[in-house]
Amino acid sequence: MALAYRSRVGHTAHVVFCVAVFVFLIAPILVVVPLSFNAEPYFTFTEGMLRFDPDAYSLRWYAHVAGDENWRRALVNSFVIGGCATALATVLGTCAALGLANPAMPGRPAVMGLLISPMVTPVIISGAGMFFFYSSLGLAQTHLGLILAHAALGTPFVVITVTATLSGFDGNLTRAAASLGAGPWRSFRRVQLPLIAPGVISGALFAFATSFDEVVTVLFMGGLEQRTIPREMWAGIREEISPAILAVATMLIAFALALMGTVEWLRRRGGDPA
Amino acid sequence: MADGSQRAPEAVTEGRAYVEFDGVFKSYDGATLVVRDLELTVREGEFLTLLGPSGSGKTTCLMMLAGFEAPSGGAIRIAGAAVEDVPPRQRDIGMVFQNYALFPHMTVGQNLAFPLEARHMDAAGTAERVARALELVRLQGYERRRPGQLSGGQQQRVAIARALVFEPNLVLMDEPLGALDRRLREEMQFEIRRIQRSLGVTVVYVTHDQQEAMAMSDRVAVFNGGRIEQVAAPEVLYEEPMRPFVASFIGDNNLLPGRVAAVDGDTCDVAVGEATIRAFPVEPHAVGDDVVLAIRPERVHLAPAAGVYSNELEVEVEDMAFLGDHLRVLTAVCGVDFVVKIPNIVGHGGVLPGETVRLGWTTLDCRALRPDDGAT
Repeated sequence: MALAYRSRVGHTAHVVFCVAVFVFLIAPILVVVPLSFNAEPYFTFTEGMLRFDPDAYSLRWYAHVAGDENWRRALVNSFVIGGCATALATVLGTCAALGLANPAMPGRPAVMGLLISPMVTPVIISGAGMFFFYSSLGLAQTHLGLILAHAALGTPFVVITVTATLSGFDGNLTRAAASLGAGPWRSFRRVQLPLIAPGVISGALFAFATSFDEVVTVLFMGGLEQRTIPREMWAGIREEISPAILAVATMLIAFALALMGTVEWLRRRGGDPA
Repeated sequence: MADGSQRAPEAVTEGRAYVEFDGVFKSYDGATLVVRDLELTVREGEFLTLLGPSGSGKTTCLMMLAGFEAPSGGAIRIAGAAVEDVPPRQRDIGMVFQNYALFPHMTVGQNLAFPLEARHMDAAGTAERVARALELVRLQGYERRRPGQLSGGQQQRVAIARALVFEPNLVLMDEPLGALDRRLREEMQFEIRRIQRSLGVTVVYVTHDQQEAMAMSDRVAVFNGGRIEQVAAPEVLYEEPMRPFVASFIGDNNLLPGRVAAVDGDTCDVAVGEATIRAFPVEPHAVGDDVVLAIRPERVHLAPAAGVYSNELEVEVEDMAFLGDHLRVLTAVCGVDFVVKIPNIVGHGGVLPGETVRLGWTTLDCRALRPDDGAT
């Protein structure tokens, strides 16, 4: 009996702890959502909101974001820079992972470490370094410069996810493809890529997310024309404290959920590709 | 296994050399040789098996032939042409892998069409060839299935069909039946042999299973420690092994180390401990040479009348096991374990442990072999 009692107490404590962890993780994110519908220009719940008075809620900040030139430019910048950087990082990272999976390649651990380094280097350091390097090349304050910078930050994720997928890849399949007369490109395109696609896709999503919420290198490298959404939010918080930021944040949360849903859908569909 | 002598008449024993290994060696680290001084000829239309324990170099040989490994030295020729600089995809060799290596994301039909697409064959020709290949392995109607939906034996058939669908002249098989259970394995042995005969394709087959090698092959190359010990038809390997390794690897054998005491034409006397045994010298031996005597357990007669056999020994029975179709009697000759097999027929005259019995065997059934090299 004593044991059962103790285990019940232990179980309750366990549940309480887990709930607390989730509250700490998620509450700061979720609290943003109702606040973004605030009718007043405040970052706090008004009395009307707490009373669930419909008049205390509004879409004014969403309308503000939609109509604001700066926010629209930031949205376009984020997707253009994020998209291009992701494409670049995915191609380069996949190639790197394929090369690193070849036992004949010399100095594999060193190359792997070098490719992963942008992930462990503090962004403030790489950001500053990139600023001076890209400035001397005339790439600072250009879209191309930011795309390259973000591709460098996103590539390690692709390398890691694709390497992980390749570790489960049966090398005899590429041998079989070669023995059947397929050249390297046909073998990659028809046999290897479809089978490592889950790793490539999740690496690409990580790379996109990296670019999409990156603010430090944009602060260093981007001019007014290159402002992305996080950079615009940064400016919004510093310069004009407005719940418009919360509206953007809510949209980003919805976007992230859609992204996660897509990954899950792809993963389930992956069991039986058309 | 003795019925291996009743071989089909169409078995290839003569023919044009199709694959030649000429002084091939292979080393991964520059120090130890995985394959050494390999001389081997595969004839056109032949079913040749590379047989040996794991690590004996047989798979490395196959991989060099397929082009996945480069020889460290020597030459490999296919149809008379050196292939060092020919990449695997241009060698036109069908290959069946141990784990099948079917493309899991493609249907059976797409797997079979893959080599034809790589050769830019049109859709109609592809469909016809795929259908014919599936018919060959008796899997008609399985085009739309995926490999994961097939049993191990069916996957194996698809792998064979895929290796044959582009009509290569040479097919390599790397332990293709290793993952199947025994019954299915025996069924597939006949199946592979039937397909090979019907197409007349040259097959190089790798296995560590000597029964499989015996059942399927025109000739078997026995590998040990990176070199070939003997290449011969299965019945020759069994009846006339040249080295102790072959004698013990193919079937059971009693091996008695001894020293040549006298040579007399086609026979020699070998001192084994205190006994002297009359044996057939496989190669010329001189008095004083170390030899190993190989005597098949089923060629030893239990309790024969005195004076019938050129070799007769009195031994004590240590143990006996009943194995259904035969009995296994364990004795010792000069301190070395010595097994006798007696067929389970009426009047086999069973023995009891502790009894002393006379064993007898002929000179021809007792082969005096040069001992294996130290590096085995």
